[in-house]
Amino acid sequence: MTTLLEVDSISVSFDGFKAINNLSLTIPETGLRAIIGPNGAGKTTFMDIVTGKTRPDSGRVLWGQGGMDLVGMSESRIARLGLGRKFQRPTVFEAQTVAENLDMALRNARNPLAVLLARRTDGDRARIAALAEEIGLLHHLGRRAGELSHGQKQWLEIGMLLAQDPRLMLVDEPAAGMTVAEREHTTDLLRRAARTRAVVVVEHDMEFVRRLECRVTVLHEGRVLAEGSLDHVTGNQDVIDVYLGR
Amino acid sequence: MTTAPVPALRRRPILADNPSVLWALLVLAIVTLGVTVLAEGAGAGVISTSFVKTLGKTLCLCLAAVAMDVVWGYCGILSLGHMAFFGIGGYAVGQWLMTARTYDIVAQSLAGQPLPPTPRELDQAVATQIFGVVGSDHFPWIWAFSHSLPLQLLMVVLVPGLLAGVFGWLAFRSRVTGVYLSILTQGMTLALSLWLFQNDSGLRGNNGLSGLQNIPGLEGWGQDRISIAFFWASALALGLGYLLFAWLTSGRRGSVIRAIRDDEARVRFLGYGVEGTKLLVFTLTAVVAAIAGALYYPQAGIINPGEVAPLASIYLAVWVAIGGRGRLYGAALGAALVSLMSSWFTGGGVPDIPLGIYTVQWTDWWTVLLGLAFVAVTLLAPKGLGGLFDLMPRAPSRRQGDWGPDDGAWRNEEGEP
Repeated sequence: MTTLLEVDSISVSFDGFKAINNLSLTIPETGLRAIIGPNGAGKTTFMDIVTGKTRPDSGRVLWGQGGMDLVGMSESRIARLGLGRKFQRPTVFEAQTVAENLDMALRNARNPLAVLLARRTDGDRARIAALAEEIGLLHHLGRRAGELSHGQKQWLEIGMLLAQDPRLMLVDEPAAGMTVAEREHTTDLLRRAARTRAVVVVEHDMEFVRRLECRVTVLHEGRVLAEGSLDHVTGNQDVIDVYLGR
Repeated sequence: MTTAPVPALRRRPILADNPSVLWALLVLAIVTLGVTVLAEGAGAGVISTSFVKTLGKTLCLCLAAVAMDVVWGYCGILSLGHMAFFGIGGYAVGQWLMTARTYDIVAQSLAGQPLPPTPRELDQAVATQIFGVVGSDHFPWIWAFSHSLPLQLLMVVLVPGLLAGVFGWLAFRSRVTGVYLSILTQGMTLALSLWLFQNDSGLRGNNGLSGLQNIPGLEGWGQDRISIAFFWASALALGLGYLLFAWLTSGRRGSVIRAIRDDEARVRFLGYGVEGTKLLVFTLTAVVAAIAGALYYPQAGIINPGEVAPLASIYLAVWVAIGGRGRLYGAALGAALVSLMSSWFTGGGVPDIPLGIYTVQWTDWWTVLLGLAFVAVTLLAPKGLGGLFDLMPRAPSRRQGDWGPDDGAWRNEEGEP
């Protein structure tokens, strides 16, 4: 299988603290990948670097078959290449309706002039309705996102991520604040999405990761500690020492 | 999958989505017609010519405030430079007004001489007339187009557009936001006004441009008719500007603009170029403010660098805050009310209050009152005067919950709205 994202020995330090230490990682075109690790392992910093929010001190982030280097590109350019991100804390536009949030995220032309002259087409409407049904917010389309419950905001953000139709989804703790039934729905949704694209999930919750049934990468102190199936990594002595054993 | 039509996604024209636009335009039309009928120019004479001018100027300020609301209330850029663009518009149109009128006057006074003046002599005489106050007798380069009305009108749009474009490009590209951006815009405004104060700026230093109320070619009209003409032009500009901004803040483009205000980092992760959109909004509103200024100063008659100073732009922000940020009619209302009250208080319309040992003179204390009003609105009514409209009872109130308690009951969105 071809590689979609290749993180090649990146390092970054903040005030002398090495948040990411010579980290290398490859993500294939399709499939799920879970990234776990204790607090401060560099999970979020890794996402920040890949999405262009943080610039690494050294290393490359190569994208697609052409091997385009994402380091130094703006966040919006990277997003347009097909990298979508869901944040740990749900970040939706609370002053706007659910429909407006989804409409903004839809995969459409993004240059200022096209946005200026954009009109919501029937195709857009059908897509918004389909997404809203998928995330259980069809009857809340006209409500402001700020009125939604925490779990519903999580769903809305997942919906916005799906609306972007990205090639790589970076999902930070999707299950936080969800009921058991909602968690199952989330796992289904992520697994389905992973059939046609790459999905990387950062998660604390072992049970959730187990249900994803995917390859797991364990981060510790900014580098890869172990990689493999969940059973493989949980059996690894290093992992037990730094993470599970505590 | 077949989806039943969802009410929240129904296609609706912009005006149906935002009925306040029609109401605002209706009020504007009624005010315009009312003032016209009652004005001296139309014969009724209830409203004096000078008050028609005051009202016309107020409409221009409303247009500037609406532009300010779009850049600040919708896009989140607290610009303290939009009255500078307003002033540039005034200077640009003033250059033509002054040049054309001075040519007429000089040509008339030289007409009696035995030899008609050569064009060169005429130029020299006009330049001495205009720039004598700053000790110069020739046209500075900045007046190169001043003989042509179309070119100067082009400058009304071009100069502020370029200035805002270059300034915005530099500021937004370096991701300067929030209070630092405000300080930067204020710095630009201060620099501009200090430059204008200099005699060798070419724009007559602190004398500014004067006699702008005399419109060359319309000598036969008289100020009463001219005032009505400008009042109409101001009302038309306000109406068109209001429509333009109502369009800009609607639909997906409006969503993106408001999203930039609320969380610009998140908008980037959706793939939108935040800088480009901000630059577009900043420049467009600057140009509209300049057009408002170009209509304002022929009614005011005089422009000087003090009007470009940062204080004017701060006032503009205060008007918008008092009127209510994030709604266009709020900004217009705030600008109209506060600027009219300001001229009432400072013009001696309000009697002084003798307190025995101290007399409260409103010409001095008006600023204090305005400051208190600003603080009160900020603390107690962040929605401003426009928020009062939210208190109005609305025609059939929308159901908030489901239509019944059962599981199968219709949700609100399924029923008739």
